[in-house]
Amino acid sequence: MLGALIIVFREVIEAGLIVGIVLAATRGVAHRGLWVTIGVAGGVVGASIVAMFAGVISDAFQGSGQELFNASVLGVAVIMLMWHNAWMARHGREIADEMRRVGAAVSEGAKPLTALAVVVGLAVLREGSEVVLFLYGILASGTTVSAALIGGVLGIVAGAAFTALTYLGLLAIPNRHIFSVTSWLIALLAAGMAAQSVHFLNNAGVVVALDKTVWDTSWLLSENSILGRMLHALIGYTEQPTQMQLLVYILTLVAMYLLMRFARYSPAKRLPAAAE
Amino acid sequence: MGTIFVLLSLATAAVLVPAELRAQDITITIKNHRFTPSEVKVPANERIQLTVVNDDPTPEEFESREMKVEKVIPGKSKGVVRIGPLAPGRYPFFGEFNEATAKGVVIAE
Repeated sequence: MLGALIIVFREVIEAGLIVGIVLAATRGVAHRGLWVTIGVAGGVVGASIVAMFAGVISDAFQGSGQELFNASVLGVAVIMLMWHNAWMARHGREIADEMRRVGAAVSEGAKPLTALAVVVGLAVLREGSEVVLFLYGILASGTTVSAALIGGVLGIVAGAAFTALTYLGLLAIPNRHIFSVTSWLIALLAAGMAAQSVHFLNNAGVVVALDKTVWDTSWLLSENSILGRMLHALIGYTEQPTQMQLLVYILTLVAMYLLMRFARYSPAKRLPAAAE
Repeated sequence: MGTIFVLLSLATAAVLVPAELRAQDITITIKNHRFTPSEVKVPANERIQLTVVNDDPTPEEFESREMKVEKVIPGKSKGVVRIGPLAPGRYPFFGEFNEATAKGVVIAE
């Protein structure tokens, strides 16, 4: 039972961290609960579908279907996160101002929430399909069903509780800093996902350039430990990154930074006098 | 026997075919949540392609931190795992869904 709990918990917290950050990043935006719920629900449905077709996906592209699928899912998530941050760079201040003034949710956030709902959905889909397959395996193997199944369900519950903790922890950040903090968290999240995507492309044999390992910090923090897993999901911690992974990580951060700067200073310069 | 055959065909393949086409020959089978062979010898410093066949009805996750691989193999199905280039040494792998029994090691030399 404990084994099942730990395996499921490990998968759920990775998606849970992302959901927690998204919830914090959208504080004060109207209907965010609905969007996040749609994202999670869509992710669960998607995970079940992916699990059902795991064999087909796995066999596709000379047996590299799973890797390419994961790489694409991560790639889409990175783009969505960039879109969100660019949008936030432009409108974040208005939202923060409004929140301070009316002390309530503002309605302006409809657009980036679709992006974040997609990110939530993809995170749940990726981690969730493994949970579904794992639980299915327990069910299919017949023996000791109950104990392992209870463990798995408890793992999901523990993971959800962990998500709530992440969110509540981020809520402790004062209102006026929340958007810059979550923007940075999202930038690091995106960079980590991009590097992970490169890893899958390498495993698929598609991107094999610059595949020398840059460092090995497994002695310091194992990626297998809970903390290592969390940092992996959060900022893309990798105990043995390749040169290409490191390069893509840095490039994603730079691209994100430039995009946010560009978004902030471009066209929408209405009421320049009231800007400061 | 199987291992010897694999090694022999590998040795032959090494001479005859370019690197990318090589090593199609290494197959690891999962049966009753165990890997056969549980010890696989591969040439060091080369890209290797392992075919993991899951004969069990239940899914398994072929995982190795050391080789940086994590791949779900659905029940009654197979998957291709690309590893390497590996420095000479021992690289343990395991089945995450049945870690108690599903264990093995790749030896690069």
